[in-house]
Amino acid sequence: MGLLTILILSPLLGVIVLSLMPSKHGSIKMVGILGTVLPLMVTIVVFSFYDRTLSGIQFAESYQWFELMTAISPNEPYPVTYDLGVTGLSLLFLMLSALITFLASLAAVRIQEGVKGFYILFLLLELGILGVFSSENLFLFFLFFEVTLVAMFFLVGKWGGFEREKAAFSFLVYNGIGSILLLIVIIVLFVEMRTMNISELTLLLQEADSYEFLSGNTRMWLFVLLLVAFGTKLPIVPLHTWMVRVHVEAPIAVVMIHAGVLLKIGAYGLIRFGAGFFPDQLKETAVILAILGVVNLLYGAFIALVQTELCALLAYSSVSHMGIVLIGVASFNTAGLQGAIFQTISHGLIAALLFLLVGVIIDRFHSTELANLGGVASQTPLFAGFFLAAGLASLGLPGMSGFISEFLAFLGLFETMPVIGSIGVIGLILTAVYMLRAVLTVTFGERKPHFDKQKDLSAMELVPSAVLLSLIIWIGVYPAVLSNTLQIARTLGIGG
Amino acid sequence: MPEFTILLTAVALSLLDLFMPKNRDRAILVWFALAGIALAIVFLIFQLDDGVVTIINQTYRLDSFAKAFKLLMLIGTGLVLLLGIKANDLDEVKGEYPYLLLTGLLGGMMMASSADLITLFVGLELLSLSSYILVGIRKKNQLANEAAFKYIVNGGIATAITLFGMSYLFGLTGETNIYEIQALMGSDIVTENRYIAVFAFLMIFVGLSFKITAAPFHMWAPDVYQGAETPITAYLSVVSKIAGFAIMLRLLMVPFVFAPGTGKVITPDGVSYETLLVSVRPYLVLLAVLTILIGNLIALRQLNAKRLFAYSSIAHAGYLPVPLAALSELVFDAVWFYLAAYLLMNLGAFAVIHALGDETKEVTVDSFAGLFKRSPYVTIAMTIYLLSLAGIPLTAGFIGKFEIFMSALGTEPKRLVLALAMLTGTILSYVYYFGLFIQMYFRPSVTKKPVVASNGLVAVLAITAAGTVILGVFPSVALTFIHDHFQFLEIFNP
Repeated sequence: MGLLTILILSPLLGVIVLSLMPSKHGSIKMVGILGTVLPLMVTIVVFSFYDRTLSGIQFAESYQWFELMTAISPNEPYPVTYDLGVTGLSLLFLMLSALITFLASLAAVRIQEGVKGFYILFLLLELGILGVFSSENLFLFFLFFEVTLVAMFFLVGKWGGFEREKAAFSFLVYNGIGSILLLIVIIVLFVEMRTMNISELTLLLQEADSYEFLSGNTRMWLFVLLLVAFGTKLPIVPLHTWMVRVHVEAPIAVVMIHAGVLLKIGAYGLIRFGAGFFPDQLKETAVILAILGVVNLLYGAFIALVQTELCALLAYSSVSHMGIVLIGVASFNTAGLQGAIFQTISHGLIAALLFLLVGVIIDRFHSTELANLGGVASQTPLFAGFFLAAGLASLGLPGMSGFISEFLAFLGLFETMPVIGSIGVIGLILTAVYMLRAVLTVTFGERKPHFDKQKDLSAMELVPSAVLLSLIIWIGVYPAVLSNTLQIARTLGIGG
Repeated sequence: MPEFTILLTAVALSLLDLFMPKNRDRAILVWFALAGIALAIVFLIFQLDDGVVTIINQTYRLDSFAKAFKLLMLIGTGLVLLLGIKANDLDEVKGEYPYLLLTGLLGGMMMASSADLITLFVGLELLSLSSYILVGIRKKNQLANEAAFKYIVNGGIATAITLFGMSYLFGLTGETNIYEIQALMGSDIVTENRYIAVFAFLMIFVGLSFKITAAPFHMWAPDVYQGAETPITAYLSVVSKIAGFAIMLRLLMVPFVFAPGTGKVITPDGVSYETLLVSVRPYLVLLAVLTILIGNLIALRQLNAKRLFAYSSIAHAGYLPVPLAALSELVFDAVWFYLAAYLLMNLGAFAVIHALGDETKEVTVDSFAGLFKRSPYVTIAMTIYLLSLAGIPLTAGFIGKFEIFMSALGTEPKRLVLALAMLTGTILSYVYYFGLFIQMYFRPSVTKKPVVASNGLVAVLAITAAGTVILGVFPSVALTFIHDHFQFLEIFNP
């Protein structure tokens, strides 16, 4: 059994142990947390054995799975294979996922009810995420994609806030539509090209005579469907309403994973499949994509400006930051794409950190309304320090990862569409405004005396925060740590 | 041979029931029936690799298509029998129940195997009459009486319409054997009267659509499903549908494959006509789309569990004609596999409903509340069925839906309307299937006691849940089986 299969199935060990334990056992939380440590360790093993000098897929596994046949031509079956593999891009996402899931499991110790079920679903969610990024076959990708859908439905619907069921259904319907649209694209590609292997498809679709099977018009439609499908996940305005609901209603640990990892599946899909399968169509629609990205950036920022509740504010902030990913993809040059990918990693870390700290706020102050929070710097300086740092990272302070990503993305955009780029830069200013407003209100604003004497960060909160912040700073100061693995030119076969 | 086994078992059972003392437990009859079915399956498997065999003056035909569908029907009836072994308020039922199921099964098997209009009709009637009695068997129950009445009236009308269409086929060609009709349909007389051929097709199509609960002929289904005893509902929604699709595929494809349609095709040789199946395709598409949309939309509002699953069955009866409406090459593969997946997941779901319906009140969506706390294993089984019905990967239902999507998108030109309808239907179905999840996992239960399930019911749950997962993760188990043993194209050879 290959290393990647072990990686994907490693959360199952935790699931099995948890299901055998009685529901009220004392160490359920510990077992749940350990269940996420195992995948993290396997991911580190994969990372260390990844050879940066080679291009293409590594750790590849491929098995025959099943075949579908038509009655009329039984000698030409449609094979479905089990393919796994890792590229630089997916490796980065795997590491991000494993790390954030582990840290989120630490934040999940605040869950009081149904802890066993929570951690089981949590680990199944991780299984789905790891599978999504390890798949080399569209069928497998879709399979794991749906696993995350089902797991998230339960996690949001049972352990969330007051309107959790509405949020869960909203999540289900939007993502469900995205899933089926993706399925339609997969099936059309399968039927025409007779393969669902991602690398094969990427190569086949670039050949000139493939245009006989799949005309330019059809490809444009497929690209649009793909855009809508992954745009629901990214999210692209106006398909973002479900995501705001989930950010507000879901439990903090789940939001950490959602904002940190699940949104990035949208970006991964757009880059790997949108840019990989249909590069010409992407170039044709680049202007529209760039405009959509700027709309995300500006709309998210404007709405975040008027939010009074922290989770909603951060949700719109996520919408805004994901616009930068779209901008990078739209420019479709090395700088732009690199910026887009950096932004996904960077935002993943920053969002995880921010929501981790919001979890601390909920725990200590029992409210996320900005009106109820204020002046914590004097009481809980450590927390205030991290919160400020996270806010600065989010607005793209140089020296932190956000700056590198934004800089590269806009560099790419200015090369091709300077006018749109100039409009987009306004978004960066707005980001600073709303972020500083939120962070400064909480840390330095008016002190709320009934919240005095709250404990500062505990070890369980301090360590994850420190880990995330140091990663953010490390990437900000030495971005090669990402780009060495990413090998963007090789990964996507783009020159220049 | 399998048919004889079933026939003899049914006769033996009815005699046994007649001569047994009134107070003896009837469960032994059910076991006897199960044994008969098992024996029939064994005989069927022995027949698998024989070529096409026709008997009784070519009216009865044993080809791959027939064997494939008979296998499904046998398994379905067997599971229904297992499901219904427990007799809670069945004390009115006595022994008629197992052998009526068998006669219905016999009718279905005849429908799958017939090569002649008359034997097809006989099989159809046999299944229908057995079903009418089974629905109305609880004489004192008001809902059951209403359901039986509605079923008889609707079924009678449907049969009449089908017969009417068949009579036109006879009128056009002078033959009742389907294969003779197929050969004669290309003749000039038919070409002159091609509108009559189209009319015959549409009549038969409408009549059979009643049987498979396709919209807009589905109205009887929710009332009948609700009024019947839950195992009978399971039987109707599964075995009856399989038989309906068997007859539909055979009767709609074989005679009409060479028939001329209404559209003109200008060729260098002069004017000719496109084939009938191409001309009537819009009606097939309309039926499939309407059924998918109506089934899913109305299901959203249902509070009664059996009605909910009745509309769910209607929706699935909309997915099934899609490969036919698409005129895809994958039609046999896709329909057979989907029926197999549907059999497993639907029977499992009705088994759970049956278990919940122990108390004499109606099973509603609220009855599922807190089921996980009460009976975790039953809930897990139900979760598997619901995921399969919704079409989530790792279940048989997903593979089935995948194949049906392939059939819609694999033709030239792509059938986008059908794909779009399936998309809408699937998303709508997510809402009501996941709504049941909310009941089972998120709501507190009214009672704390676990669900009472007889051994037979547990067996059904185990078999169907395992089957759904196995076919979802290793579909090659079924797919290589059908690719090795069934050459579906034989259906077209005389």
